[in-house]
Amino acid sequence: MTKIQEFVKEQADVYGRRRNSLMPILQAVVQKERFLSEEAMVAIATELDLSTADVFGTASFYTFLDTVPRGKNIIRICKTITCHMKGKDAIIETLEDMLKIKLGETTSDGKFSLLPANCLGWCHKGPVMLVNDEVYPEITPEKAVEVVHEYLKKTK
Amino acid sequence: MENKIKKVDLIFEKVDQLAILDKSFKRSSDEIILDVIDSGLRGRGGAGFPTGLKWKFARNEESDQKYVICNADEGEPGTFKDREILTQVPEKVLAGMALCGKAIGATEGYIYLRAEYNFLLPMLHEKMREFNQQMKDRNFEFTVFVRSGSGAYVCGEETALMESMEGHRGEPRNKPPFPTQRGYLGKPTSINNVETLVFALMIANYGPQTFKELGTFDSRGSKVFSIAGDTPKAGIYELELGMSLEDFVNEFGDGDTKAVQVGGASGFCVARKHFKETLIGFEGIPTGGSMMLFNSSRSMYNILHDYLEFFEEESCGQCTPCRVGCQQLLKGIEAVKRGNKSPAYLETLQKLSDTMRIASKCGLGQSVGNPFNSIINNFREEIIY
Repeated sequence: MTKIQEFVKEQADVYGRRRNSLMPILQAVVQKERFLSEEAMVAIATELDLSTADVFGTASFYTFLDTVPRGKNIIRICKTITCHMKGKDAIIETLEDMLKIKLGETTSDGKFSLLPANCLGWCHKGPVMLVNDEVYPEITPEKAVEVVHEYLKKTK
Repeated sequence: MENKIKKVDLIFEKVDQLAILDKSFKRSSDEIILDVIDSGLRGRGGAGFPTGLKWKFARNEESDQKYVICNADEGEPGTFKDREILTQVPEKVLAGMALCGKAIGATEGYIYLRAEYNFLLPMLHEKMREFNQQMKDRNFEFTVFVRSGSGAYVCGEETALMESMEGHRGEPRNKPPFPTQRGYLGKPTSINNVETLVFALMIANYGPQTFKELGTFDSRGSKVFSIAGDTPKAGIYELELGMSLEDFVNEFGDGDTKAVQVGGASGFCVARKHFKETLIGFEGIPTGGSMMLFNSSRSMYNILHDYLEFFEEESCGQCTPCRVGCQQLLKGIEAVKRGNKSPAYLETLQKLSDTMRIASKCGLGQSVGNPFNSIINNFREEIIY
Protein backbone atom coordinates (compact mmCIF):
# COMPACT_ATOMS: atom_id res chain seq x y z
CA MET A 1 0.00 0.00 0.00
CA THR A 2 1.39 3.42 -0.92
CA LYS A 3 1.52 6.30 1.51
CA ILE A 4 -1.43 8.10 0.02
CA GLN A 5 -3.55 4.93 -0.11
CA GLU A 6 -2.79 4.43 3.53
CA PHE A 7 -3.72 8.00 4.36
CA VAL A 8 -7.01 7.72 2.48
CA LYS A 9 -7.81 4.52 4.32
CA GLU A 10 -7.13 6.19 7.65
CA GLN A 11 -9.42 9.06 6.74
CA ALA A 12 -12.15 6.68 5.64
CA ASP A 13 -11.82 4.95 9.02
CA VAL A 14 -12.40 8.31 10.69
CA TYR A 15 -15.16 9.73 8.48
CA GLY A 16 -16.80 6.53 7.33
CA ARG A 17 -17.33 5.10 3.88
CA ARG A 18 -20.69 6.56 2.99
CA ARG A 19 -21.19 9.05 0.20
CA ASN A 20 -21.42 11.94 2.63
CA SER A 21 -17.94 11.10 3.89
CA LEU A 22 -16.54 12.14 0.53
CA MET A 23 -16.12 15.86 1.18
CA PRO A 24 -14.31 15.55 4.52
CA ILE A 25 -11.94 12.98 3.00
CA LEU A 26 -11.23 15.13 -0.05
CA GLN A 27 -10.62 18.06 2.29
CA ALA A 28 -8.26 16.04 4.46
CA VAL A 29 -6.17 14.99 1.46
CA VAL A 30 -5.98 18.57 0.21
CA GLN A 31 -5.03 19.74 3.68
CA LYS A 32 -2.14 17.29 3.70
CA GLU A 33 -0.98 17.28 0.07
CA ARG A 34 -2.28 20.66 -1.12
CA PHE A 35 -3.97 18.97 -4.07
CA LEU A 36 -5.72 15.81 -5.16
CA SER A 37 -3.46 13.61 -7.23
CA GLU A 38 -4.85 11.01 -9.58
CA GLU A 39 -3.58 8.37 -7.22
CA ALA A 40 -5.38 9.95 -4.29
CA MET A 41 -8.65 10.18 -6.20
CA VAL A 42 -8.43 6.57 -7.33
CA ALA A 43 -7.72 5.55 -3.74
CA ILE A 44 -10.72 7.52 -2.48
CA ALA A 45 -12.95 6.03 -5.16
CA THR A 46 -11.83 2.52 -4.20
CA GLU A 47 -12.28 3.13 -0.51
CA LEU A 48 -15.77 4.62 -0.87
CA ASP A 49 -16.85 2.32 -3.70
CA LEU A 50 -17.46 5.17 -6.13
CA SER A 51 -16.29 5.61 -9.69
CA THR A 52 -13.11 7.66 -10.07
CA ALA A 53 -14.94 9.89 -12.54
CA ASP A 54 -17.50 10.63 -9.85
CA VAL A 55 -14.80 11.56 -7.37
CA PHE A 56 -13.04 13.76 -9.91
CA GLY A 57 -16.34 15.29 -11.01
CA THR A 58 -17.14 16.27 -7.46
CA ALA A 59 -13.67 17.49 -6.52
CA SER A 60 -13.24 19.61 -9.64
CA PHE A 61 -16.45 21.48 -8.84
CA TYR A 62 -14.89 23.20 -5.83
CA THR A 63 -12.30 25.97 -5.87
CA PHE A 64 -10.61 24.80 -2.69
CA LEU A 65 -10.19 21.21 -3.91
CA ASP A 66 -7.36 21.51 -6.37
CA THR A 67 -6.80 18.71 -8.85
CA VAL A 68 -3.51 20.11 -10.15
CA PRO A 69 -0.34 20.34 -8.05
CA ARG A 70 -0.15 23.43 -5.85
CA GLY A 71 2.58 24.92 -3.73
CA LYS A 72 3.10 24.16 -0.06
CA ASN A 73 1.53 27.53 0.71
CA ILE A 74 -1.48 28.74 -1.17
CA ILE A 75 -1.94 32.47 -1.34
CA ARG A 76 -5.41 33.58 -2.37
CA ILE A 77 -6.17 37.18 -3.19
CA CYS A 78 -9.78 38.26 -3.10
CA LYS A 79 -10.67 39.84 -6.41
CA THR A 80 -14.29 40.71 -5.74
CA ILE A 81 -15.69 44.18 -5.98
CA THR A 82 -14.76 45.94 -2.75
CA CYS A 83 -11.30 44.37 -2.59
CA HIS A 84 -10.89 45.49 -6.18
CA MET A 85 -11.89 49.02 -5.14
CA LYS A 86 -9.41 48.96 -2.28
CA GLY A 87 -6.46 47.99 -4.43
CA LYS A 88 -6.13 44.23 -4.85
CA ASP A 89 -4.38 44.77 -8.20
CA ALA A 90 -1.38 46.36 -6.48
CA ILE A 91 -1.16 43.39 -4.11
CA ILE A 92 -1.24 40.91 -6.96
CA GLU A 93 1.39 42.83 -8.95
CA THR A 94 3.69 43.04 -5.96
CA LEU A 95 3.41 39.33 -5.21
CA GLU A 96 3.82 38.37 -8.86
CA ASP A 97 7.01 40.41 -8.85
CA MET A 98 8.27 38.94 -5.64
CA LEU A 99 7.48 35.30 -6.44
CA LYS A 100 8.28 35.59 -10.17
CA ILE A 101 5.04 33.92 -11.16
CA LYS A 102 1.72 35.04 -12.61
CA LEU A 103 -1.62 34.82 -10.87
CA GLY A 104 -2.74 31.20 -11.04
CA GLU A 105 0.80 29.79 -11.10
CA THR A 106 3.06 27.95 -8.67
CA THR A 107 6.70 28.80 -7.97
CA SER A 108 9.25 26.38 -9.42
CA ASP A 109 10.47 25.43 -5.93
CA GLY A 110 6.89 24.44 -5.08
CA LYS A 111 6.68 26.75 -2.08
CA PHE A 112 3.89 29.07 -3.20
CA SER A 113 0.84 29.19 -5.41
CA LEU A 114 -0.80 32.53 -6.10
CA LEU A 115 -4.50 32.23 -6.81
CA PRO A 116 -7.45 34.57 -7.21
CA ALA A 117 -10.49 34.06 -4.97
CA ASN A 118 -14.12 35.02 -5.41
CA CYS A 119 -15.08 36.88 -2.25
CA LEU A 120 -13.19 35.86 0.85
CA GLY A 121 -15.88 37.61 2.88
CA TRP A 122 -13.98 40.59 4.32
CA CYS A 123 -15.57 43.32 2.21
CA HIS A 124 -15.30 45.95 4.97
CA LYS A 125 -11.58 45.23 5.42
CA GLY A 126 -10.30 44.79 1.88
CA PRO A 127 -8.06 44.07 0.25
CA VAL A 128 -7.72 40.68 1.85
CA MET A 129 -5.30 37.83 1.40
CA LEU A 130 -5.68 34.26 2.61
CA VAL A 131 -2.54 32.16 3.06
CA ASN A 132 -3.56 28.54 3.60
CA ASP A 133 -6.18 29.06 6.34
CA GLU A 134 -4.71 32.27 7.75
CA VAL A 135 -6.45 35.48 6.85
CA TYR A 136 -4.81 38.88 6.38
CA PRO A 137 -7.33 41.71 6.05
CA GLU A 138 -6.56 45.32 5.09
CA ILE A 139 -3.35 44.25 3.44
CA THR A 140 -0.92 46.64 1.74
CA PRO A 141 1.71 45.60 -0.81
CA GLU A 142 4.38 46.01 1.89
CA LYS A 143 2.47 43.93 4.41
CA ALA A 144 1.82 41.25 1.79
CA VAL A 145 5.55 40.96 1.12
CA GLU A 146 6.29 40.73 4.85
CA VAL A 147 3.74 37.98 5.33
CA VAL A 148 5.07 35.95 2.41
CA HIS A 149 8.61 36.34 3.80
CA GLU A 150 7.42 34.83 7.07
CA TYR A 151 6.03 31.82 5.23
CA LEU A 152 9.21 31.55 3.21
CA LYS A 153 11.20 31.25 6.44
CA LYS A 154 8.82 28.62 7.80
CA THR A 155 8.75 26.53 4.62
CA LYS A 156 11.56 24.14 3.95
CA MET B 1 -28.84 66.65 10.72
CA GLU B 2 -31.16 64.44 12.70
CA ASN B 3 -29.95 60.89 12.90
CA LYS B 4 -32.78 58.71 11.64
CA ILE B 5 -30.92 55.43 11.77
CA LYS B 6 -31.75 53.36 14.79
CA LYS B 7 -29.02 51.09 16.09
CA VAL B 8 -30.16 47.97 17.91
CA ASP B 9 -28.29 45.40 19.95
CA LEU B 10 -30.01 42.04 19.89
CA ILE B 11 -27.54 39.94 17.97
CA PHE B 12 -24.27 40.70 19.73
CA GLU B 13 -25.74 41.28 23.16
CA LYS B 14 -24.36 38.74 25.61
CA VAL B 15 -27.14 36.69 27.14
CA ASP B 16 -27.38 33.51 29.15
CA GLN B 17 -28.31 31.36 26.19
CA LEU B 18 -28.59 28.25 28.33
CA ALA B 19 -31.17 29.92 30.55
CA ILE B 20 -33.15 30.83 27.44
CA LEU B 21 -32.99 27.22 26.29
CA ASP B 22 -34.00 25.89 29.73
CA LYS B 23 -37.01 28.17 29.62
CA SER B 24 -37.84 27.18 26.05
CA PHE B 25 -37.44 23.45 26.58
CA LYS B 26 -40.29 23.61 29.09
CA ARG B 27 -42.58 24.91 26.41
CA SER B 28 -44.17 22.95 23.60
CA SER B 29 -42.90 23.01 20.03
CA ASP B 30 -46.08 24.76 18.96
CA GLU B 31 -45.61 27.53 21.49
CA ILE B 32 -42.05 28.16 20.32
CA ILE B 33 -43.12 28.18 16.69
CA LEU B 34 -46.09 30.46 17.33
CA ASP B 35 -43.83 33.03 18.93
CA VAL B 36 -41.52 33.02 15.92
CA ILE B 37 -44.49 33.32 13.55
CA ASP B 38 -45.99 36.10 15.66
CA SER B 39 -42.70 38.02 15.72
CA GLY B 40 -42.75 38.29 11.93
CA LEU B 41 -39.12 37.14 11.67
CA ARG B 42 -38.10 36.50 8.08
CA GLY B 43 -34.96 34.65 7.04
CA ARG B 44 -31.88 36.85 7.16
CA GLY B 45 -30.01 35.16 4.32
CA GLY B 46 -31.69 37.25 1.66
CA ALA B 47 -34.76 35.41 0.42
CA GLY B 48 -36.75 36.40 3.49
CA PHE B 49 -39.00 33.38 3.92
CA PRO B 50 -41.00 33.59 7.19
CA THR B 51 -38.92 31.60 9.67
CA GLY B 52 -41.81 30.48 11.85
CA LEU B 53 -43.61 29.01 8.86
CA LYS B 54 -40.49 27.16 7.78
CA TRP B 55 -40.22 25.65 11.26
CA LYS B 56 -43.90 24.78 11.23
CA PHE B 57 -43.60 22.99 7.89
CA ALA B 58 -40.61 21.04 9.14
CA ARG B 59 -42.42 20.20 12.35
CA ASN B 60 -45.49 18.94 10.51
CA GLU B 61 -43.52 16.44 8.46
CA GLU B 62 -43.59 12.88 9.71
CA SER B 63 -40.12 11.38 9.84
CA ASP B 64 -37.86 9.21 11.93
CA GLN B 65 -35.12 11.77 11.50
CA LYS B 66 -35.00 15.52 10.94
CA TYR B 67 -32.14 17.96 10.66
CA VAL B 68 -31.30 21.55 11.47
CA ILE B 69 -28.72 23.23 9.27
CA CYS B 70 -27.10 26.54 10.01
CA ASN B 71 -26.15 28.10 6.70
CA ALA B 72 -22.83 29.83 7.26
CA ASP B 73 -22.04 29.91 3.57
CA GLU B 74 -24.20 32.75 2.38
CA GLY B 75 -21.83 33.73 -0.38
CA GLU B 76 -22.94 37.32 -0.69
CA PRO B 77 -20.53 39.96 0.41
CA GLY B 78 -23.10 40.06 3.23
CA THR B 79 -21.53 36.88 4.48
CA PHE B 80 -19.07 38.76 6.64
CA LYS B 81 -21.79 39.71 9.09
CA ASP B 82 -22.39 35.99 9.62
CA ARG B 83 -18.69 35.48 10.27
CA GLU B 84 -18.79 38.26 12.82
CA ILE B 85 -21.79 36.68 14.54
CA LEU B 86 -20.09 33.27 14.58
CA THR B 87 -16.94 34.83 15.98
CA GLN B 88 -18.51 36.98 18.65
CA VAL B 89 -21.50 34.94 19.80
CA PRO B 90 -21.08 31.33 18.61
CA GLU B 91 -22.91 30.11 21.70
CA LYS B 92 -26.02 31.98 20.64
CA VAL B 93 -25.89 30.42 17.17
CA LEU B 94 -25.64 26.94 18.68
CA ALA B 95 -28.48 27.68 21.09
CA GLY B 96 -30.59 28.97 18.18
CA MET B 97 -30.00 25.66 16.43
CA ALA B 98 -31.07 23.71 19.50
CA LEU B 99 -34.18 25.87 19.78
CA CYS B 100 -35.01 25.05 16.16
CA GLY B 101 -34.29 21.39 16.90
CA LYS B 102 -36.76 21.45 19.76
CA ALA B 103 -39.33 23.26 17.62
CA ILE B 104 -39.23 20.91 14.64
CA GLY B 105 -38.27 17.71 16.45
CA ALA B 106 -34.72 17.32 15.16
CA THR B 107 -31.90 15.74 17.09
CA GLU B 108 -28.99 16.67 14.84
CA GLY B 109 -27.72 20.00 13.68
CA TYR B 110 -25.00 20.98 11.23
CA ILE B 111 -23.12 24.20 10.79
CA TYR B 112 -22.00 24.44 7.17
CA LEU B 113 -19.11 26.87 7.19
CA ARG B 114 -17.68 28.33 4.01
CA ALA B 115 -14.11 27.26 3.29
CA GLU B 116 -12.96 30.86 3.23
CA TYR B 117 -13.62 30.93 6.97
CA ASN B 118 -11.81 27.70 7.86
CA PHE B 119 -9.74 29.61 10.40
CA LEU B 120 -12.86 29.59 12.57
CA LEU B 121 -12.96 25.78 12.62
CA PRO B 122 -10.83 25.12 15.72
CA MET B 123 -12.88 27.58 17.77
CA LEU B 124 -16.18 26.25 16.43
CA HIS B 125 -15.21 22.66 17.14
CA GLU B 126 -14.41 23.57 20.71
CA LYS B 127 -17.70 25.45 21.17
CA MET B 128 -19.51 22.54 19.58
CA ARG B 129 -18.03 20.02 22.02
CA GLU B 130 -18.84 22.27 24.95
CA PHE B 131 -22.38 22.80 23.74
CA ASN B 132 -23.04 19.14 23.01
CA GLN B 133 -21.98 18.34 26.56
CA GLN B 134 -24.30 21.02 27.94
CA MET B 135 -27.19 19.50 25.98
CA LYS B 136 -26.31 16.06 27.29
CA ASP B 137 -26.22 17.39 30.86
CA ARG B 138 -29.75 18.65 30.31
CA ASN B 139 -30.92 15.34 28.88
CA PHE B 140 -31.86 17.14 25.72
CA GLU B 141 -31.12 15.06 22.69
CA PHE B 142 -29.48 17.44 20.25
CA THR B 143 -26.00 17.13 18.79
CA VAL B 144 -24.25 19.70 16.65
CA PHE B 145 -21.66 18.93 13.97
CA VAL B 146 -19.53 21.31 11.96
CA ARG B 147 -19.00 20.77 8.25
CA SER B 148 -16.77 22.77 5.99
CA GLY B 149 -17.45 23.91 2.45
CA SER B 150 -14.86 23.90 -0.31
CA GLY B 151 -15.18 27.21 -2.03
CA ALA B 152 -18.32 27.40 -4.14
CA TYR B 153 -20.56 30.45 -4.01
CA VAL B 154 -23.58 28.46 -5.16
CA CYS B 155 -23.39 26.31 -2.02
CA GLY B 156 -25.00 29.18 -0.14
CA GLU B 157 -28.13 28.08 -1.99
CA GLU B 158 -29.82 25.73 0.43
CA THR B 159 -30.28 22.69 -1.77
CA ALA B 160 -26.81 23.04 -3.32
CA LEU B 161 -25.46 23.18 0.21
CA MET B 162 -27.17 19.92 1.06
CA GLU B 163 -25.89 18.29 -2.12
CA SER B 164 -22.42 19.33 -1.05
CA MET B 165 -22.94 17.94 2.45
CA GLU B 166 -23.99 14.67 0.89
CA GLY B 167 -20.73 14.51 -1.05
CA HIS B 168 -21.90 15.70 -4.44
CA ARG B 169 -21.21 18.67 -6.68
CA GLY B 170 -22.98 21.68 -5.25
CA GLU B 171 -25.75 21.71 -7.84
CA PRO B 172 -29.13 23.05 -6.72
CA ARG B 173 -32.09 20.71 -6.68
CA ASN B 174 -35.50 21.33 -8.13
CA LYS B 175 -38.04 22.71 -5.68
CA PRO B 176 -40.48 21.35 -4.65
CA PRO B 177 -39.88 19.23 -2.71
CA PHE B 178 -38.64 21.88 -0.32
CA PRO B 179 -35.94 21.11 2.25
CA THR B 180 -38.59 21.04 4.98
CA GLN B 181 -40.09 18.10 3.10
CA ARG B 182 -36.99 16.42 1.74
CA GLY B 183 -33.72 18.01 2.74
CA TYR B 184 -30.43 16.60 3.93
CA LEU B 185 -30.27 12.87 3.16
CA GLY B 186 -33.87 13.09 2.04
CA LYS B 187 -35.12 13.97 5.53
CA PRO B 188 -37.10 17.05 6.60
CA THR B 189 -34.59 19.81 7.23
CA SER B 190 -34.88 23.34 8.47
CA ILE B 191 -32.04 25.32 6.99
CA ASN B 192 -31.59 28.80 8.41
CA ASN B 193 -29.10 31.60 8.13
CA VAL B 194 -26.72 32.22 11.05
CA GLU B 195 -28.36 35.52 11.94
CA THR B 196 -31.89 34.11 11.71
CA LEU B 197 -31.10 31.46 14.31
CA VAL B 198 -29.81 34.08 16.75
CA PHE B 199 -32.88 36.25 16.24
CA ALA B 200 -35.10 33.26 16.90
CA LEU B 201 -33.26 32.73 20.18
CA MET B 202 -33.72 36.38 21.11
CA ILE B 203 -37.41 36.14 20.33
CA ALA B 204 -37.61 33.19 22.69
CA ASN B 205 -35.88 35.36 25.27
CA TYR B 206 -37.79 38.60 25.03
CA GLY B 207 -41.03 37.41 23.46
CA PRO B 208 -42.26 38.33 20.00
CA GLN B 209 -43.47 41.78 21.00
CA THR B 210 -40.01 43.30 21.49
CA PHE B 211 -39.02 42.18 18.01
CA LYS B 212 -42.31 43.15 16.43
CA GLU B 213 -42.07 46.70 17.70
CA LEU B 214 -39.02 47.21 15.51
CA GLY B 215 -39.12 47.67 11.76
CA THR B 216 -42.12 47.95 9.47
CA PHE B 217 -45.22 45.87 8.80
CA ASP B 218 -43.52 43.66 6.24
CA SER B 219 -40.01 43.88 7.62
CA ARG B 220 -40.10 43.26 11.32
CA GLY B 221 -37.17 43.63 13.61
CA SER B 222 -33.61 44.67 13.13
CA LYS B 223 -30.95 43.32 10.82
CA VAL B 224 -27.20 43.11 10.79
CA PHE B 225 -25.74 45.08 7.90
CA SER B 226 -22.35 44.62 6.30
CA ILE B 227 -21.26 47.98 5.02
CA ALA B 228 -18.41 48.28 2.55
CA GLY B 229 -17.09 50.26 -0.38
CA ASP B 230 -16.67 54.03 -0.40
CA THR B 231 -17.58 54.69 3.19
CA PRO B 232 -15.62 56.00 6.13
CA LYS B 233 -17.61 53.66 8.38
CA ALA B 234 -17.12 50.24 6.79
CA GLY B 235 -18.10 47.52 9.18
CA ILE B 236 -20.94 45.61 10.78
CA TYR B 237 -23.97 47.29 12.32
CA GLU B 238 -27.29 46.09 13.63
CA LEU B 239 -29.95 48.53 12.47
CA GLU B 240 -33.71 48.70 12.56
CA LEU B 241 -35.27 47.68 9.24
CA GLY B 242 -37.31 50.08 7.16
CA MET B 243 -34.97 53.06 6.93
CA SER B 244 -34.82 55.05 3.75
CA LEU B 245 -31.73 54.73 1.65
CA GLU B 246 -31.29 58.49 1.92
CA ASP B 247 -30.98 58.28 5.70
CA PHE B 248 -28.65 55.35 5.31
CA VAL B 249 -26.39 57.26 2.94
CA ASN B 250 -26.42 60.32 5.18
CA GLU B 251 -25.15 58.14 7.99
CA PHE B 252 -22.70 55.92 6.15
CA GLY B 253 -21.82 57.69 2.89
CA ASP B 254 -18.69 59.70 2.24
CA GLY B 255 -20.65 62.72 1.00
CA ASP B 256 -20.25 61.72 -2.62
CA THR B 257 -22.25 58.51 -2.86
CA LYS B 258 -23.64 58.02 -6.34
CA ALA B 259 -24.96 54.50 -6.00
CA VAL B 260 -25.60 51.84 -3.40
CA GLN B 261 -25.71 48.16 -4.18
CA VAL B 262 -28.35 46.86 -1.79
CA GLY B 263 -28.24 43.12 -1.12
CA GLY B 264 -24.81 42.29 -2.43
CA ALA B 265 -23.86 41.08 -5.88
CA SER B 266 -27.31 39.65 -6.52
CA GLY B 267 -29.15 42.70 -5.20
CA PHE B 268 -30.19 45.97 -6.77
CA CYS B 269 -28.07 48.97 -7.56
CA VAL B 270 -29.86 52.16 -6.55
CA ALA B 271 -28.82 55.49 -8.06
CA ARG B 272 -28.63 58.74 -6.11
CA LYS B 273 -31.87 60.11 -7.57
CA HIS B 274 -33.80 57.21 -6.03
CA PHE B 275 -32.28 57.27 -2.53
CA LYS B 276 -35.15 59.21 -0.99
CA GLU B 277 -37.97 56.93 -2.12
CA THR B 278 -36.11 53.67 -1.55
CA LEU B 279 -36.89 51.81 1.63
CA ILE B 280 -34.59 49.11 2.92
CA GLY B 281 -36.82 46.17 3.71
CA PHE B 282 -39.24 43.84 2.00
CA GLU B 283 -41.60 46.67 1.00
CA GLY B 284 -38.72 48.31 -0.83
CA ILE B 285 -35.47 46.59 -1.54
CA PRO B 286 -34.83 43.45 0.48
CA THR B 287 -31.30 42.68 1.51
CA GLY B 288 -29.33 39.87 3.05
CA GLY B 289 -27.44 42.69 4.72
CA SER B 290 -24.75 43.62 2.26
CA MET B 291 -24.59 47.32 1.42
CA MET B 292 -21.91 48.53 -0.96
CA LEU B 293 -21.45 52.22 -1.49
CA PHE B 294 -19.93 53.69 -4.62
CA ASN B 295 -18.85 57.31 -5.01
CA SER B 296 -18.44 59.27 -8.19
CA SER B 297 -14.86 58.13 -8.70
CA ARG B 298 -16.16 54.66 -9.61
CA SER B 299 -16.97 53.43 -13.08
CA MET B 300 -20.27 51.58 -13.01
CA TYR B 301 -19.12 49.68 -16.09
CA ASN B 302 -16.24 48.22 -14.10
CA ILE B 303 -18.54 47.39 -11.24
CA LEU B 304 -21.02 45.61 -13.48
CA HIS B 305 -18.15 43.87 -15.22
CA ASP B 306 -16.84 42.63 -11.87
CA TYR B 307 -20.25 41.31 -10.87
CA LEU B 308 -20.74 39.51 -14.15
CA GLU B 309 -17.28 37.98 -14.03
CA PHE B 310 -18.12 36.77 -10.54
CA PHE B 311 -21.39 35.19 -11.62
CA GLU B 312 -19.88 33.67 -14.73
CA GLU B 313 -17.27 31.92 -12.58
CA GLU B 314 -19.64 30.93 -9.81
CA SER B 315 -22.54 29.64 -11.89
CA CYS B 316 -22.65 25.92 -11.16
CA GLY B 317 -23.19 25.30 -14.86
CA GLN B 318 -26.01 22.87 -14.41
CA CYS B 319 -28.76 24.85 -16.12
CA THR B 320 -28.28 26.55 -19.47
CA PRO B 321 -29.96 29.91 -18.83
CA CYS B 322 -27.54 30.65 -16.01
CA ARG B 323 -24.41 29.05 -17.46
CA VAL B 324 -24.67 30.53 -20.94
CA GLY B 325 -26.56 33.62 -19.84
CA CYS B 326 -23.81 34.79 -17.50
CA GLN B 327 -21.21 34.35 -20.23
CA GLN B 328 -23.28 36.19 -22.81
CA LEU B 329 -24.09 39.12 -20.53
CA LEU B 330 -20.41 39.59 -19.82
CA LYS B 331 -19.39 39.27 -23.47
CA GLY B 332 -22.29 41.53 -24.40
CA ILE B 333 -21.33 44.52 -22.27
CA GLU B 334 -17.71 44.13 -23.37
CA ALA B 335 -18.82 44.24 -27.02
CA VAL B 336 -20.93 47.35 -26.42
CA LYS B 337 -18.08 49.06 -24.62
CA ARG B 338 -15.67 48.29 -27.47
CA GLY B 339 -18.20 49.52 -30.01
CA ASN B 340 -18.59 46.12 -31.65
CA LYS B 341 -22.28 46.20 -30.82
CA SER B 342 -24.66 49.13 -30.86
CA PRO B 343 -25.97 50.53 -27.57
CA ALA B 344 -29.37 49.10 -28.49
CA TYR B 345 -27.84 45.67 -27.90
CA LEU B 346 -28.14 46.42 -24.18
CA GLU B 347 -31.90 45.96 -24.49
CA THR B 348 -31.36 42.53 -26.01
CA LEU B 349 -29.12 41.69 -23.09
CA GLN B 350 -31.75 42.91 -20.65
CA LYS B 351 -34.23 40.56 -22.29
CA LEU B 352 -31.73 37.76 -21.79
CA SER B 353 -31.38 38.62 -18.11
CA ASP B 354 -35.19 38.59 -17.83
CA THR B 355 -35.18 35.12 -19.37
CA MET B 356 -32.56 34.04 -16.87
CA ARG B 357 -34.77 35.29 -14.06
CA ILE B 358 -37.65 33.13 -15.25
CA ALA B 359 -35.79 30.08 -16.51
CA SER B 360 -32.85 29.57 -14.16
CA LYS B 361 -33.08 26.79 -11.66
CA CYS B 362 -31.93 28.61 -8.55
CA GLY B 363 -31.49 32.02 -7.01
CA LEU B 364 -28.07 32.54 -8.53
CA GLY B 365 -29.19 32.69 -12.15
CA GLN B 366 -32.53 34.22 -11.21
CA SER B 367 -30.94 37.18 -9.51
CA VAL B 368 -28.20 38.13 -11.99
CA GLY B 369 -30.80 40.36 -13.64
CA ASN B 370 -31.04 42.48 -10.47
CA PRO B 371 -27.62 44.12 -10.65
CA PHE B 372 -27.61 43.90 -14.44
CA ASN B 373 -30.87 45.66 -15.14
CA SER B 374 -30.55 48.19 -12.34
CA ILE B 375 -27.06 49.25 -13.39
CA ILE B 376 -27.97 49.39 -17.09
CA ASN B 377 -31.12 51.38 -16.37
CA ASN B 378 -29.47 53.81 -13.99
CA PHE B 379 -26.06 54.18 -15.58
CA ARG B 380 -26.57 53.39 -19.25
CA GLU B 381 -24.18 56.08 -20.46
CA GLU B 382 -21.37 54.68 -18.27
CA ILE B 383 -21.84 51.26 -19.81
CA ILE B 384 -21.75 52.57 -23.37
CA TYR B 385 -19.05 55.25 -23.28
